[in-house]
Amino acid sequence: MEAVALKERENQIYIKGETPFNIVCDKDSLAGAVSQRACVFCGSRVVLYPIADALHLVHGPIGCAVYTWDIRGALSSGPELHRLSFSTDLQEMDVIFGGEKKLRQALLELIDRHNPKAAFVYSTCIVGIIGDDLEAICRQVEREKGIPVIPVKSEGFKGNKRAGYQAACDAMFRLIGTGETSSISKFSLNILGDFNLAGEIWMIREYYERMGIEVVANITGDGRVDDIRRAHGAALNVVQCSGSTMQLANMMEEQYGVPSMRVSYFGVEDMSEALYDIARFFKKKFPGDREADAIMERTTALVKEEVRNLMPGLEKYRKALAGKKAAIYVGGSFKAFSLVKAFRLVDMEVVLVGSQTGTEEDYRELEAITDPGTIIVDDSNPLELTSFLKEKGVDIFVGGVKERPIAYKLGIGFCDHNHERKEILAGFEGMLNFAREVYSSVMSPVWRFVPRAKSME
Amino acid sequence: MSKNHPNYVSTTNACKLCRPLGACLAFKGIEGTVPYLHGSQGCATYMRRYIISHYNEPIDIASSSLSEKHAVYGGGPNLKLGLTNVAEKYRPRMIGIATTCLTETIGDDVGMYLQEYAKDTAGSKGLPDIVNVSTPSYAGTHMEGFHGAIDQVIEQMAEGGPQNRTVNLLPGFVSSADYRLLREIMDDFGLDCTMLPDLSDTMDGPAMLEYEKVPAGGTPLAAIKAMGRSRATIEFGRTLGRKGSGGFRLRKKFNIDDHRLGMPIGIEETDRFFDLLCSLSGRPVPEKYVAERGRLVDAYVDGHKYVFGKKAIIYGEEDLVVGMSAFLAEIGIFPILCASGGTSGRLAEAIAAVTADILPRQPEIHEGMDFFDISEMAETLAPDLIVGHSKGYPLARKLNIPLIRVGFPIHDRVGGQRILHLGYSGAQRLFDTVTNAVIAKKQADSRVGYSYM
Ligand code: SF4
Ligand code: SF4
Repeated sequence: MEAVALKERENQIYIKGETPFNIVCDKDSLAGAVSQRACVFCGSRVVLYPIADALHLVHGPIGCAVYTWDIRGALSSGPELHRLSFSTDLQEMDVIFGGEKKLRQALLELIDRHNPKAAFVYSTCIVGIIGDDLEAICRQVEREKGIPVIPVKSEGFKGNKRAGYQAACDAMFRLIGTGETSSISKFSLNILGDFNLAGEIWMIREYYERMGIEVVANITGDGRVDDIRRAHGAALNVVQCSGSTMQLANMMEEQYGVPSMRVSYFGVEDMSEALYDIARFFKKKFPGDREADAIMERTTALVKEEVRNLMPGLEKYRKALAGKKAAIYVGGSFKAFSLVKAFRLVDMEVVLVGSQTGTEEDYRELEAITDPGTIIVDDSNPLELTSFLKEKGVDIFVGGVKERPIAYKLGIGFCDHNHERKEILAGFEGMLNFAREVYSSVMSPVWRFVPRAKSME
Repeated sequence: MSKNHPNYVSTTNACKLCRPLGACLAFKGIEGTVPYLHGSQGCATYMRRYIISHYNEPIDIASSSLSEKHAVYGGGPNLKLGLTNVAEKYRPRMIGIATTCLTETIGDDVGMYLQEYAKDTAGSKGLPDIVNVSTPSYAGTHMEGFHGAIDQVIEQMAEGGPQNRTVNLLPGFVSSADYRLLREIMDDFGLDCTMLPDLSDTMDGPAMLEYEKVPAGGTPLAAIKAMGRSRATIEFGRTLGRKGSGGFRLRKKFNIDDHRLGMPIGIEETDRFFDLLCSLSGRPVPEKYVAERGRLVDAYVDGHKYVFGKKAIIYGEEDLVVGMSAFLAEIGIFPILCASGGTSGRLAEAIAAVTADILPRQPEIHEGMDFFDISEMAETLAPDLIVGHSKGYPLARKLNIPLIRVGFPIHDRVGGQRILHLGYSGAQRLFDTVTNAVIAKKQADSRVGYSYM
């Protein structure tokens, strides 16, 4: 490795096979480093955003709200209140004299205008400083308007994105347990941690329905307040993605005894495994139950059918992509695991993998599934990433929107695997889309013109 | 003119961005400069994301990454640590610091920290220049941030001395293509020019073999230092006050003539700019531009019937709105609502100044607007097209009318940085775009679907 890493960061980078495993993560970003990390508010906003019939009011100056306006492809099958960006747009006087009055008025105005099922009120950095009592205002308005009005404690500086996930889970937890559950099937589950990007959750829901399982609440893709209120009546929480909603599942397990299961919907292997795990769960829970057996049968049939449909299409991509090199840098490390496997399915080699918010355990797991020589990084920055990309001569880089221009500038293919994407990448269908995405970047003729091509001749 | 528009407490879909974002963009147009936000990490990450989606260019914005304890005890130590880290890592020529809401609210005294830092680092070699600007977003928009940064760069860097032949050009916030064009125009007039900022290369660069930590291009620092010795300043921005005006500061501090113009959008505003260049250079308009203008007039004539009497809503940054109003008015389109999230207090006056001799009556003109307000007014105004950045797309979609994309951000098309607005060539491009959008709309809506006009 070149001496490019900021000194304090060296132990956040690891090359498999070089030293005994040790990576430091969950640290605050270093001052002056251009981190890709976002703030607490961002974490909360990302998780709660897809709840489509709730009002999402950002209490703070305008930027925090405007940068999160309609930025994710989280689709709704009905109301689209979540796609509007509401802000109290605090002004100097509010900062000096407090923003409580403005918040109250804004809330009342917006609730009257939109009739939401609930309201989430996000605090931003300066709200934490000027000391507005969000709880009190929310309580008042809740009483006045008769809908849940929930403060989200998301002051940006109080930690990283992960703390924001926690704040979002806390907020949703206040809704859970307030709805009617008597009609819910014993074969039921909640989908946690899918945000319905490009309509993914509809596809996942359809899988479950084909298996004969009732989906109670989507948390939060295409989410609805009333569904979340009765989520505690489901038999199982199926949690996708490593960080964002695991805490909610834990809290629900503790309070309502709903067990949870971690899955990934990404890649053929993980997708199939997820469905089988769920079928096994019900078999174990209801031993000898005819319906539980039937669920398992339907699951097997489903997976077989989907894989059979998928494979011929995938083969074409595999042939073209075999041996190409990939680098992965994504938000959560759970996603990174799945990506590693997905690349393997098309015989590509993963030379770098990292995430913004992995835990030590995550990185240990990553180490276990990658090949020797693979670079593993935690909370990287653009400079570091580029030097690795170049060093490893990668053909495609998977990352978020902030990484894209770096890859392109160096003439490297890119696949967007973040919240703004408009293609389904989950599920069986998603694997094909993913392969097509990778293929359409790696195989494009434009790379022959970039300076890198000449240098490799 | 300024009829009452609904006055809501809440803001929905703001038509403005926050102040440090403007400062970061301005800093990006200076040679070897890394923008640096003093505040928590989130702001920097958001702004980078937002800017990247427009330019498709890497942009690094450093942050002092304050956490809770810094918010309580002050961000000085982190600010300084961050400066050293950026200096080591990027080897920048300059670091441009902008504050954020957080550090403004806790009352961090950046000026004092910087003095301490200068003392701490006295005698070190290779330290970058440091410029800082105060940019609380609870007072002003990204445009105040942009102009404020330019103003502070001048205040903190420009030096006086014997006058030279240079002309300062302060165009405000325009596209990379616009900055490129301005450079070319000044060149063609044979004028020595210091244009501040210059995002033509830094935010629209070529594909590279080696990743440049800090992209090449931008206004040279040496030229900025010499700005106090120039013989004149040209500054665009009819809604710009004295505060935040670099031209005004240069006049006050160094007694340099300052010429304030509107953004040269459309023939009339561009003529004013060229007239000034003629008098500053003592040369006639170069043949190339005479020809360009001639072709433009010819195009106006060829297309005038398609656009005449159409009604447009224009929104976005105030000075861009003024320029677009001037352009649309002169081709026969009626601006019916001119809206901005900014609150200069000068928008109506500026629009009147450039359209009063053409428009039979002034449009509705409102500052401090968001897209909820604009949509609400649009319902009764029945516009034929809307003109502004990509965040107006939902409105265009709702009304089923064309959106003419200008300004920043363009998040739903490629090439936002290459949209040309200024000069005769910019007007030519705008005219073709607007006219074709009107024709295309008619064609698409027609039952017959003619393949000729
Ligand atoms: S806190 Fe202020 S500076 Fe930061 S994003 Fe929000 S508005 Fe912008
Ligand atoms: S002000 Fe705080 S909450 Fe808002 S974007 Fe910045 S870090 Fe996040």
